[in-house]
Amino acid sequence: MKSLRNVALTILLFCSSIIAWELIVRIFEVPTFIFPAPSKVAMALWRGFASGLYQKHLSHTLLETVLGFLLGSALGFFLGTAVALNRYVEYFFYPYIVMFQSLPKVALAPLIVVWFGLGLKSQVINTALVAFFPLLVNTMVGLKSADEDRLNLMRSLAASESQIFWMLRLPNALPFVMAGLDVAMIFALIGAIVAEFVGARAGLGMLIQSMNFNMDVSGQFSVLLILSVVGLLLNRCILLIRRRILFWDPSEKERLERERIAL
Amino acid sequence: MEAIAVNELSKLYSTRDGTVHALQQISFSVSEGEFVAVVGPSGCGKSTLLKVLAGLLPPSKGAARLRGTPITGPRRDIGVVFQSPVLLPWRSVLDNVLLPVDVQRLGRDRHLKVATDLLSLVGLDGFERRYPWELSGGMQQRVAITRALIHDPAMLLMDEPFGALDAMTREQMNLELQRIWLERKKTVLFITHSIPEAVFLADRVLVLTPRPGRIIDDVQVKIPRPRALEVMNFPEFAPYVHSIRRQFDAKGMIDS
Repeated sequence: MKSLRNVALTILLFCSSIIAWELIVRIFEVPTFIFPAPSKVAMALWRGFASGLYQKHLSHTLLETVLGFLLGSALGFFLGTAVALNRYVEYFFYPYIVMFQSLPKVALAPLIVVWFGLGLKSQVINTALVAFFPLLVNTMVGLKSADEDRLNLMRSLAASESQIFWMLRLPNALPFVMAGLDVAMIFALIGAIVAEFVGARAGLGMLIQSMNFNMDVSGQFSVLLILSVVGLLLNRCILLIRRRILFWDPSEKERLERERIAL
Repeated sequence: MEAIAVNELSKLYSTRDGTVHALQQISFSVSEGEFVAVVGPSGCGKSTLLKVLAGLLPPSKGAARLRGTPITGPRRDIGVVFQSPVLLPWRSVLDNVLLPVDVQRLGRDRHLKVATDLLSLVGLDGFERRYPWELSGGMQQRVAITRALIHDPAMLLMDEPFGALDAMTREQMNLELQRIWLERKKTVLFITHSIPEAVFLADRVLVLTPRPGRIIDDVQVKIPRPRALEVMNFPEFAPYVHSIRRQFDAKGMIDS
């Protein structure tokens, strides 16, 4: 009963804010090139999908995001592991990694275009660079956070360092790694759009850019809408994976508990 | 051959405030199949002693031998039970029990039966597929004991294993431990700060003083087994507890 009411309230809230937006734009006669009414955005959305234009750019952006995410996360994971396991790597390389991270990646994007061209490759690289740091830091912290008692237990069993890694440190780091993936996914989407702004032949970011030149503000709104939905769906994917892997983690159990109450 | 032979063992820690003598020239031995409790107030180096015997800490001076061979590091013929159960939350109860088998590559298939038998020995039949967080504290500690027994070690080292449990669960666990010990006849070194627990469980009680940790008494407990909990009310029980407590009182080491 309660869950039904919550769903109804959610829909009501959504519809009333859309109607309010539509009314405000109409009553105050806000020009479409400043702030389009939801009806205009919906039309732009329909036109975009009907002509197949959005599908083409969306698939390009999705491909960049996912590839960049995978590449960046893998890179971050392996570097984070190296830094966590070897203090020489940490001592000699970590300062450079931090310096590199404090550099705004947007500033690197033009260079990457110069090096790798306007194609998919350069956007994937840019996306990977943005996505990699959260994984690096979280993997590092996670691998180092193994509890002293558990380490003693493994050692008392005469476990080798590699066994301690596979049986204790790695599973123990997974909650951190998953939190890193969560952030990296969203970062990847941002990275892909930024890369497309700077120079690309396709993608939703490029589309926004060209719509901006044509003063097609309704079009831009419709693309923004797509982007936020894509971001939400990608985030959900990570959550699903997280739930499968981290069924034992207290944070996951709390989350399930919370959702049960919310429903 | 003695199961445990400790000879003039000392362990020093250097801290910011100087050197701490955790253990000073401790000597004792434990025979095969004997249940020995080490009792002492907190901070007397009991856990240090256990860590040295488990091969987790090197001794500063002196030597300790397990079944004739000097301790140089962790070894496979002992089972350790820590103060907290230390179960891995991503492993089911069965997988936690099989952890030593996985680490020491003893063959999972051969030990599945052993694991289920041991789990029913500690009263956890049907809990194989559960996860540690679904279990109470007492049940978790039973899983830890099962894990320490799975690779059939010659001896068990137990570091205040029931210290975190409530009084009733603790008594229950004492009974169960005695039952397991009578059935399996392992050598047990059991560390505790509870004098009645030590007297109830052990064949011999070693009394340890704090800083520097030193053995001041070695008490033989001549109460027949199996001992029921009522033993604690028997006339022969109290004198053991009193004589041990007196040693601490004389040194002003226990508040009560």
